Amino acid sequence: MDLISIRDLEKKEVELILDSAEKIHSGKKKPDHSGKILATLFFEPSTRTKLSFQSAAQRNKMGVVDFLPETSSLKKGESFTDTVRILEGYADVLVVRHPVEGSVRLAADVCERPVINGGDGANQHPTQTLIDLFSIRKTKGKIEGMNVHLVGDLKHARAMRSLAYGLAMFNAKITAVSPKGLELPKADVDEIKAKFGCSIAVRDTLDPRDADVLYVCRIQEERFADPMEAKRMKEKFMIRKDDLKNAKHGLVILHPLPKINEIESSIDSMPQAKYFEQAHYGVPVRQAILDWALSK
Amino acid sequence: MLKVDVIENGTVVDHIKAGSGLKVFVMLGVAGGYSERAALVMNVPSKRLGKKDIVKIEGKTVSEDAASMIALLSPGASINIIENSKVAKKYVVSVPERLRGAGTCPNPNCITNREECVREFTKEGERFRCHYCERLVGAEELV
Ligand SMILES: [Zn+2]
Repeated sequence: MDLISIRDLEKKEVELILDSAEKIHSGKKKPDHSGKILATLFFEPSTRTKLSFQSAAQRNKMGVVDFLPETSSLKKGESFTDTVRILEGYADVLVVRHPVEGSVRLAADVCERPVINGGDGANQHPTQTLIDLFSIRKTKGKIEGMNVHLVGDLKHARAMRSLAYGLAMFNAKITAVSPKGLELPKADVDEIKAKFGCSIAVRDTLDPRDADVLYVCRIQEERFADPMEAKRMKEKFMIRKDDLKNAKHGLVILHPLPKINEIESSIDSMPQAKYFEQAHYGVPVRQAILDWALSK
Repeated sequence: MLKVDVIENGTVVDHIKAGSGLKVFVMLGVAGGYSERAALVMNVPSKRLGKKDIVKIEGKTVSEDAASMIALLSPGASINIIENSKVAKKYVVSVPERLRGAGTCPNPNCITNREECVREFTKEGERFRCHYCERLVGAEELV
């Protein structure tokens, strides 16, 4: 079974993966795919995604082969699909990351073995979305009804757009908090509304008082024509210790990492900060994904 | 009205939204190097549309696939297949629910514009979603 886009998954399929990740994390389930091999094909660098997949495979008792584009025949002009066709002969499941949007879907078209999308340009990164959903469920006990504030550049951040979709699938409350001009694209809002009947509250100022979860991402300076405006917006949307004074008890702060200065570093040691935990959940969730991809 | 010769065997695309005629003309491949008679008439007065464009092509029967593409540019256009100077078949184009092997994704960073593959678009509301890059794009952008 391929995992290309969160749009391909039904809610019950997502629940199946999250439940499995839960069992793996608690030690109740130990997937054993000994003799099977994972191939990681990363056409652009992403050390963490790759390492956590390789770690997940090894915990599933699998072997790992790693394709390095800089030392391959790609330099001689081999096409992307040819590379995929060759590599599938070396492995039982492939994780592909590529800067061109839709490339991993194409890889899955030409490949008999299961293909997992490790990120295709600005389009999709479904395993990150599953980790995010898992993190919310794990830290809050459930996703349904949680008021999740998505904070930052919601226009360009792939993780935020996919997470909004996943949250809507689970009937969470979504509050989109972003600078003007960097709002969640209308196409995404309309899609979520049409598919899940879920409406999204929109704000242009940070106010975490009614939040159960604060999901923060970076605001990149390059997105603003005026560097002064960029600085102002970064400061305006930075999470400070003071902002948490009137927050709900049990507020959880998540971030896809790496974070630069979106969250004041003094928050790192507070109980609300769950982003390092979230990063660690990458392994059991990806173990569950590999198990799911190989079992279907 | 501007006089244009009657077609003997071919196609007349009528009721094209004014301004879209040239795109239809180009899309049907008669804009350059076509050996038979072809005409593009623009801004013809029309009761229904106010103004419309018309495309007439001798020696070419517009296929249903091509009609789908015309529908993306001008949903109300009608196709008249002419045989022996008579209308043999007439229908209004309809916007397809799904396009396969046709259309071009306007996203330059979409794999369909980089490698050989069968393009696919599915209608969602008034727009289409690319099967590959998953962008939601307007119908006219696909042509
Ligand atoms: Zn596309």
